[in-house]
Amino acid sequence: MSQGQQDIPRWLDVGVVPLLNLAIALVAAGLVVALVGQSPTEVISALVKGALGTQRGLSYTLYYATTFTFTGLAVAVAFHAGLFNIGGEGQAMLGGLGAGLVALWLAPGLPGLAVLPLMVLGAAAFACVWALVPAYLQAYRGSHIVITTIMFNFLASSLMVYLLVNVLKPAGEMNVQSAIFAASAKMPGVHQVLGWVGIAWPSSPLNLSVLMALVAAVGVYLLLWKTRIGYQLRASGASQGAAVYAGITPQRQVLIAMGISGALAGMVAMNEVSGVHGKLLPDFVSGAGFTGIAVALMGRNHPVGIVMASLLFGMIFQGGAEVAFEVKDFTRDMVVMLQGFIVLFSGAMAYATAPLVARIYHRLRGNQHSNPPTLKAKEAAHG
Amino acid sequence: MAGIEKRFGSVVANRDVNLSVAAGTIHGLVGENGAGKSTLMSILYGFYTADAGGIEVEGHSARIRNSDEAIKLGIGMVHQHFMLVDTLSALDNVLLGVEPYFDLRKSQTSTQAKLHTLMQDTGLQVPLDTLVEDLCMGDRQRLEILKALHRGARILILDEPTAVLTAQETDALFGVLRRLREQGKTIILITHKLREVLALCDQVTVMRAGQVVHECPTLGATVGTLAEAMVGRKLRAPAQRSALKTGAPVLLAARDLHCTDLHGIARLRGVSLQVHSGEIVGVAGVAGNGQTELLEILSGMRRPATGQLEVGGLHYTAGQWLNPQAARHAGMAHVPEDRHERGLVMPFAAWESAVLGYERLATYSQGLWMKTRAMLSDTHTLMQRFDVRPPHPQLGSSKFSGGNQQKLILAREFNQSPKVLLVGQPTRGVDIGAIEFIHNQLRMLRDAGCAILLVSSELEEILALSDRVIVMNQGHITGELPVNECNEQNLGLLMVAQEEVAA
Repeated sequence: MSQGQQDIPRWLDVGVVPLLNLAIALVAAGLVVALVGQSPTEVISALVKGALGTQRGLSYTLYYATTFTFTGLAVAVAFHAGLFNIGGEGQAMLGGLGAGLVALWLAPGLPGLAVLPLMVLGAAAFACVWALVPAYLQAYRGSHIVITTIMFNFLASSLMVYLLVNVLKPAGEMNVQSAIFAASAKMPGVHQVLGWVGIAWPSSPLNLSVLMALVAAVGVYLLLWKTRIGYQLRASGASQGAAVYAGITPQRQVLIAMGISGALAGMVAMNEVSGVHGKLLPDFVSGAGFTGIAVALMGRNHPVGIVMASLLFGMIFQGGAEVAFEVKDFTRDMVVMLQGFIVLFSGAMAYATAPLVARIYHRLRGNQHSNPPTLKAKEAAHG
Repeated sequence: MAGIEKRFGSVVANRDVNLSVAAGTIHGLVGENGAGKSTLMSILYGFYTADAGGIEVEGHSARIRNSDEAIKLGIGMVHQHFMLVDTLSALDNVLLGVEPYFDLRKSQTSTQAKLHTLMQDTGLQVPLDTLVEDLCMGDRQRLEILKALHRGARILILDEPTAVLTAQETDALFGVLRRLREQGKTIILITHKLREVLALCDQVTVMRAGQVVHECPTLGATVGTLAEAMVGRKLRAPAQRSALKTGAPVLLAARDLHCTDLHGIARLRGVSLQVHSGEIVGVAGVAGNGQTELLEILSGMRRPATGQLEVGGLHYTAGQWLNPQAARHAGMAHVPEDRHERGLVMPFAAWESAVLGYERLATYSQGLWMKTRAMLSDTHTLMQRFDVRPPHPQLGSSKFSGGNQQKLILAREFNQSPKVLLVGQPTRGVDIGAIEFIHNQLRMLRDAGCAILLVSSELEEILALSDRVIVMNQGHITGELPVNECNEQNLGLLMVAQEEVAA
């Protein structure tokens, strides 16, 4: 009964509420911009133009969005099993290690069509195993997954630095990085592919991983809502008691969900390591694992929402960089502030405005209902 | 309360409801689930505000916007699900939110003294230093009433107070309520147990579909007239019991089941039972004496420490126990005691909850893919067959009323034509019309040859359905009787018996 007042139609929940949150975030950020003596409209228009206005800007936006889609999907899959996977950062790093090892080992002798799928497998396998350790500890030893996945981020970071400094760094190299991969380990850039079919497109980091991200989003949707794996995973996440009653083992669901979640986070490596850097770096993830949490929250843990939220965050990353470049005295820190507001209002406080929207909605509908005189008048008119 | 109206979306929960309760009386408020009793009381207690209508308390028109205002007006409410903090002592629960001094120790001493006088006056005895989690249900209820009285309640609202009590505890409660009435308190009793209304109340109001349909003094009213007013039609007498065929095969046999809980306390101490084809075996007992564990073990959700089980032609031992999937595969269906925790996945739509436990069947999945269309159409059929209202497979499982959720679960479990059925509390919190329906369905399944094990804390239900009754106390079976030798007295004695009584 108590949920009676909270109920709002789906279009309000997935359409109006996120837009309202975004608007509040922009207003709040605009106020701060105005406070420091800048013009909010100038900043916003520079941001949108920087993110979408040019082919190059658009490419960068999509490139960022690709990474966020992977980490956002990773968070969402775990979420549906009732788990909060904070370890996307570390899992993505390990994915890089998996992909990098495959590239260093096999790329010199094999063509890209063979190496790239193997790199995908390597990234997925390493990231998956890295996620399975906290999953096992949660399922069978009761260690809380939030704590363990956070700790595993630090472990992953240390492991990467250790391996890069002591094992993978070629002799004579001054930077902390691996040897440069052979050309077959490079995920083709979108501008290259478009060039093959005769379309001119400016060079950018955007590569074919963007298609993988879309496939992953569709795949996650099908997995969660159309397969038995997803059914059991969601049942276990929504109600452990009901899962046990149905003969679904919640412990196993924890392993399955975290395995898939980790593998998705590992795909970041294909966009960054294989698509852009062409070598293994210690910090190629650079916070995308955490941005994925905000993306998943804002996208309501649904693949469609996550793709949209990734695009928004991609725009802010790319557009923000342009703003810092174009608008005088608008520093990089201001861009971080803007991102912060969007994470705050659209992510962390995503449900704060929902009751308000519900109340307004019900007041409007209530008024429609309590107009019996007009109804009677209509009936009389018909009679 | 006059002309109260309340809507939730398009659902009208209360329509032009008038209710007047005379001071110093006990007023019964009865009606089916969803008739609007709880909504009406929630409006009185300030949880909801009415869309129309007014409230007068002790002659003054009142505006009650939240429960604080209700308490100030001398209205106290005891909810069906107790609002107590399990990890605090009884005393601290009373104190919580109304600490008279900043110094907690001082508050405790003064409140304790006040409570002792209150307990003397009312006969509500509660061990104040005990943690709530260690109190029995009866104690918790007395504590809730004490809490309300301590906050100055002159009007007490009790929502289904006897749902969790044993017969003895119920009698004690009624004694207390009569005493409170003598002291001039006004009591509103929400229930769907009509016998209790007739035994206790002075006046009774019957609600149906959000409206008051009947109001009369209890003097001269009968269970029959009230039930008719509640349901809006005559209730049929229970179907005739068909005689149990002798020599019917044993479909479920458990031997010497033992189990202990997480704290190392023995919950089952050597339970053995058999259920034949075409019979309903009722398990009676005060809640918490091993019935829950028994159902969990038999359905494969929990492993016993020792024991054996035969079902569906297979033999299981404690070392190699069956799991819920194997149980369903062997033709054993299970209607769990707790439909919110176990029977349904509350955030799922009804059509997803309607295949829970059967999602591996070829009917519902092919390879890894779920057959959404088959699930939807089957749910629709199940809803038609079991009269689940509203019949919308897309509606969330949590949006149905308790009775309709239960009907959906029964429909799901009956749908695979089980050979053995385990049922826990099939009609807990379900209205009288749905109870009749559910009971008839269980009888029909029994007549079709199913072996049914029924666990219920309602003696009336056990007596109405069972062919044979097993009584449990403290993990033992303390007695086993054919139903025609049972009555509330001898079962009540067995329920508190300490030693095993020869059957």
